[in-house]
Amino acid sequence: MPERSRADLLLELADDELILGWRDSEWTGIAPFLEEDVAFSSIAQNEIGHARALYELAATELGTDADALAFDRTPEEYRCALLVQRRLVPDWARTIARHVLYETADAIRIGQLVEHEDAELAGIAAKIEREEVYHRLHAEMWLARLRDEARYADAVEELWPFALGVLEPEQRPALAERLGRPEVEAVERTAPGDEFAALWSEMTTVRRSAPVGAQW
Amino acid sequence: MVTRAVVTEAAVWEALAEIPDPEIPVISLVDLGVVKDVAVDGERVRIEFTPTFMGCPALEAMRTQMEDAVTALGGEAQVEVVLDDSWSTDAITPAGREKLRAAGFAPPTPRAAGATTLVQLRSKAFRCPYCGSSETRLDNIFGPTPCRSVRYCESCRQPFEQFKTI
Repeated sequence: MPERSRADLLLELADDELILGWRDSEWTGIAPFLEEDVAFSSIAQNEIGHARALYELAATELGTDADALAFDRTPEEYRCALLVQRRLVPDWARTIARHVLYETADAIRIGQLVEHEDAELAGIAAKIEREEVYHRLHAEMWLARLRDEARYADAVEELWPFALGVLEPEQRPALAERLGRPEVEAVERTAPGDEFAALWSEMTTVRRSAPVGAQW
Repeated sequence: MVTRAVVTEAAVWEALAEIPDPEIPVISLVDLGVVKDVAVDGERVRIEFTPTFMGCPALEAMRTQMEDAVTALGGEAQVEVVLDDSWSTDAITPAGREKLRAAGFAPPTPRAAGATTLVQLRSKAFRCPYCGSSETRLDNIFGPTPCRSVRYCESCRQPFEQFKTI
């Protein structure tokens, strides 16, 4: 397998954060209670902010800009993990299961990037990590509430192979260990499916309807 | 020929200290600690600026306001956004922290070694900005903007916003 370039790595990360941000934002206005409306909206905003910074870094390398990377690619060109593509509204148990799984996986890869030899990448990762701490605390609070519920356990069981697919094969044992789960066959990043196509269509509507070069 | 006023670094810092944070207008960009560096070369003024939270929608507004401030001084601004890890809530100046508190935003607690934990958030380390009591509880880790949590004071029975420590 050819080694991934820095741009590939950045795009995978950025796509994960952008698409999860969109999925989280689907709770805005309809979460089970107001506090969670606020929480998921805020988490979504953070994730999209992380995506922006990562796209900007990738864009300088690819000779384009962050908006073009976020919105002008075809659905097939996105590299996000299948875990973040799933539309889980209105299922709260699965939403929290994804939240716990994703944040745990993300902590592993961000933790490694903070130590990266590329100072620019390491700096952004460290800045992202400052905010992710609060996402994990939020996930931790919900895990404490739901861990003994059958619906939650079923949701984790279902999403577990998808969670492994967020990480590189060599990072997966660490995720299995942190969550105390057996390592199973991961759902790898592949060309996005129908659920993603619908999200992409909504996400890029304004961009596609605007004349080229429109200023906002 | 019109002689233009010489822009000095001190004048730029002074002008930037007048620009309010778009979302928490009681505190200025300088109080917030987001202006990393100012370098003046004739009329050209280069400002290094680092965002607080990465998804902050006020980024563009801040940039425009800084450019306008430099223009008003007769300079030409070049605002560079630096996306490294150099900003933390510890960069908020003592004056900035006091302005936050006076406006009802509890200033961030100093960064401890290691990441914030739930035990810390649930501890008595957070004081009510209205009455000073430490009998406060965490209501929501998240709040109206990414930089704030919501807490409740058991003593004066006021909800209040707590600047997150990052």
